[in-house]
Amino acid sequence: MSLISAVNISKHYQVGGSLVRAVSDVSFEIETGEFVAVIGRSGSGKSTLMSLLGLLETPDSGHYRLKGLEVAKLDRNRRAALRCREIGFVFQMSSLLPRSSALENVELSLAYAGVRRAERRRRARDALDRVGLSHRLDHWPYQLSGGEQQRVAIARAIVNEPALILADEPTGAVDSRTADGIMSLFEHLNGDDRTIIVVTHAADVARRTRRIITLNDGYLIADERVGPALPSTVAAPIGRVA
Amino acid sequence: MSYLESIRIAWRTLGANRTRSFLTVLGIIIGVAAVVCMVAVGDGARSQVTEGLRTLGTNILYVSPGAAKSGGTRLAAGTGHTLTDDDAAAILREVPGIELASPMISRDAQVIAGNRNWSTTVTGNDMGYLIAREWALAAGRHFTAAELDRGAKVAIVGQVLAEKLFDDRPRLGDTFRIGTVPFTLVGVLDKKGQNAAGGSRDDVVIIPLATARSRVIGSQSDVNRQALDFIIVKHFESSDVHTVQQQIRAVLRQHHKLAADAPDDFEVYNPADVLAAEAGSARVFSILLASIASISLVVGGISIMNIMLVSVSERTREIGLRMALGARGRDIRRQFLTEAMVLSLIGGTLGVALGAVAGVLVAFYSGWPVLISPWIAVLACVVSTSVGLVFGAYPATRAARLDPMVALRYE
Repeated sequence: MSLISAVNISKHYQVGGSLVRAVSDVSFEIETGEFVAVIGRSGSGKSTLMSLLGLLETPDSGHYRLKGLEVAKLDRNRRAALRCREIGFVFQMSSLLPRSSALENVELSLAYAGVRRAERRRRARDALDRVGLSHRLDHWPYQLSGGEQQRVAIARAIVNEPALILADEPTGAVDSRTADGIMSLFEHLNGDDRTIIVVTHAADVARRTRRIITLNDGYLIADERVGPALPSTVAAPIGRVA
Repeated sequence: MSYLESIRIAWRTLGANRTRSFLTVLGIIIGVAAVVCMVAVGDGARSQVTEGLRTLGTNILYVSPGAAKSGGTRLAAGTGHTLTDDDAAAILREVPGIELASPMISRDAQVIAGNRNWSTTVTGNDMGYLIAREWALAAGRHFTAAELDRGAKVAIVGQVLAEKLFDDRPRLGDTFRIGTVPFTLVGVLDKKGQNAAGGSRDDVVIIPLATARSRVIGSQSDVNRQALDFIIVKHFESSDVHTVQQQIRAVLRQHHKLAADAPDDFEVYNPADVLAAEAGSARVFSILLASIASISLVVGGISIMNIMLVSVSERTREIGLRMALGARGRDIRRQFLTEAMVLSLIGGTLGVALGAVAGVLVAFYSGWPVLISPWIAVLACVVSTSVGLVFGAYPATRAARLDPMVALRYE
């Protein structure tokens, strides 16, 4: 059974009287342990696809199954519980709560999962240790660099040991050196058999994954399996129309 | 997420906007302060009535003469000379359920002991007054029947006199003068404290009625040497006070041979009613404060609702993030409700402090007794938290219903 099974999923929005087809008839399967990049131009439907995969929205049509569970049939609360248990998010901009320390930010999803405080602290410390921030536990977000903030966000995404990590432009707001460090961290986590999906428009980021799904105008136009080092000729599909 | 966790987050969030939080809860502070002050004044008035009743004695009625007429003008109640010893005897004899009916006359007079003197109220009475008011002696004895009969020059003094005339060391057997007449001290009364008007009940000298008539006060009226200022009536616990009042009225009307259409030439009143009326003005003040409190609490609540809506709007992205991390609608609702409740609880706490200060000031400037009980603090906490709960519900529900994806994209 695939970790993710998307069959003809579509998501449309009504914007100012006109229908915007954000995602149209997209189908793919993702197995446990895959490292996938979703690429495409701005407005191609990447973020909508991510919100569908992350259970923040449900498709208007088609079937999306996570670990075999039909997501569209779940109510808001059950989707929230599933999200809490199975999905870790990393966002582009600093998504840390400004009035919580690094440790408290990492604890957040555990708190919503109902994990007791002592256990939460232990697991959050472990997660921060894995991203190399064990010395920054009690620092506030404003005391951390952009790269460190993203690493805290990654620690928060993995602290629940989720089946899937969804990263939306995780390197979008950092310099290239920091971006390299973040991608190395994802590669390392993928090495532990974690499933990671990175939504990006950056070719060098996509090149570091093992599979690239390309969207254009809401349609899936390419789904290519690539090696750890994606050839530059293959890395071009950003913006390419089939 | 635990409630404690929610409170901690709420505290931190509110602390980040201290000025805004303070301004938001200003309405609650004023409202709760008014509630605290209101209850303090109300409790004070109640305790005054209770204390007043305690010091008055229980099951007491006063009968006073009616208003005198002078050239067609009715003077104040009590200025007539229509009550006599016979009336007191008739009440005791003819009204069922009466324990005693004691005649009294009293006047202000100057009392002198050695080189000290003091102006006080001298009351002539047959001891029924002290029995009716359950007024015990701190030292000495009551008048004997013989002393009452022959109009002996013996006196019992209140605590104020004990202090003013005898320097707090009165010795039984000491002599002092009321006007020019020497009296022997035979008893000292227990302390009674203040009366409802703020005067001292202990500023009194009690002498036998006959002595008062013959030596000190003189007769109330040249035409009626038996005239009285008051008859104090004590009825049995089992008797209904209103029935007793009616029966006294009937007996006196009959004795005074009043025609059916003639008005009463006396008054029968219940001192408990008088005290309750005195408490009335404090109650009006309480009602006024209650109105201010209600309005302030509603305005304060609206202020909280408003600022919570602003907060939901400002933190939309945070809400989306929390939802992405697994927060359910009820987690978000609880978070914002907790914030509203913590906010109003802070307002309540500050309001209790302000209300207590206001209560002390009211007591100071108005002279009303004010009683600030710990229960007021509890009440204020409950009231203010409820306000937060009620007015925070709408913003919290709005936050909980946000679409996580829309919230995350919110700029």
